[in-house]
Amino acid sequence: MNAAPLVLESLAVARGDRLLFERLQLRVAPGEVLHLQGRNGAGKTSLLEVLAGLRTPEAGRVDGPAPGQLHWLGHKNALHPALSAVENLRYWCGLQAADPAGIGAALDRLQLKAARNRPVRTLSTGQKRRTALARLLLQRRAWWLLDEPLAGLDVDGAALVAGLLAEHCAAGGGAIVTSHQALPEDGLPVRHWRLQ
Amino acid sequence: MSLVRALGSTVGRELRLAARAPAEAAQPLLFYLLVVALFPLGVAPNEPSLPVYAPALVWIAALLASLMTLERVFRNDYEDGTLEQLALAPLPLPLTVAAKLAAHWLLGGLPLVLAAPLLASGLGLDAATGRALTLALLLGTPTLVLLGGFAAALTVGLPRAGVLLPILVLPMLSPVLIFGAGAARAAAQGLDPAAPLYFLAALLALSLTLVPFAAAAALRNALEA
Repeated sequence: MNAAPLVLESLAVARGDRLLFERLQLRVAPGEVLHLQGRNGAGKTSLLEVLAGLRTPEAGRVDGPAPGQLHWLGHKNALHPALSAVENLRYWCGLQAADPAGIGAALDRLQLKAARNRPVRTLSTGQKRRTALARLLLQRRAWWLLDEPLAGLDVDGAALVAGLLAEHCAAGGGAIVTSHQALPEDGLPVRHWRLQ
Repeated sequence: MSLVRALGSTVGRELRLAARAPAEAAQPLLFYLLVVALFPLGVAPNEPSLPVYAPALVWIAALLASLMTLERVFRNDYEDGTLEQLALAPLPLPLTVAAKLAAHWLLGGLPLVLAAPLLASGLGLDAATGRALTLALLLGTPTLVLLGGFAAALTVGLPRAGVLLPILVLPMLSPVLIFGAGAARAAAQGLDPAAPLYFLAALLALSLTLVPFAAAAALRNALEA
């Protein structure tokens, strides 16, 4: 994977008419995980949305990946409650031109076994999060933008996410992660960065 | 090819969801049949002017029935985060919107068209008028779904859009009502209904080309709220 670095130049982001931050300079190289920190309301999610292309910045420039080169995991899981985990992922594959043959292996990796064919509404918070995280494995993309990926996950789940991130970085990908929990650091090239 | 596959899976998902909740999917059709069936009970038996009002009645019922489920067309996707994935997908968002609304018309609009000949004969319309009415509904109901879908996209981020939606949409739909009922009226008077039908076709072509883009812009705007 040959990813270009992600560069932000004098970025200003507002939500409504409230300016969250301005003159933000940041450079993230592939092969590292940027752990985005900051108090509640500092604009971590808004910054991720700008990087994903879901939100237009007030000023400044983002030199980042095109939508097809990034994985976006918002704080919402993007799963329809009436469909099963497999059906939800199959729809995503159809939409993103990904190969649905990988769904079984991805769910295996996230340790979702019997639950995969139940409607998502009957799954626990952690199981839903694992299903949403399975998308990361369905298509190789250089940049992962993860908003609170550990929310609702148990200790094993958090270790699993750390393992996925480590593999992704070793393969030359990069990730920007917001999390109020500490990311497990053994073997993971994490850089902490605080949004003021 | 992946574009076709993405469109197919979007339509397929909507149909699958309707199959999971068939009672919910049948609501607009039942509402439409009930409104049209109840109206004659309120007028005198063998009232000779009933066929005069029948086209307008069928159209009003179709108008309200097609608005019933429109509020939900983008709301679920907005609330569960699917809309973010749709906005980032390689399939352009206007095409996704068009596919969703097409599925919505298949489920909520086409049944109304198919039931129209039955209702027309029940209300005492002659064959030519019933044909004109059905044809007008076939051309008009997609416009109802498209314009309603645009309003649904505009109000997707608002907490209680249920009442706002009809207030926003119904005035926009008045040309469809005028030409739709006008086609049946022309046929009842023994005239050629082609002119109002062409107007309906023109409205459909206009909304089909404009609405997907406008609705996609409204949805992107809702994501930035």
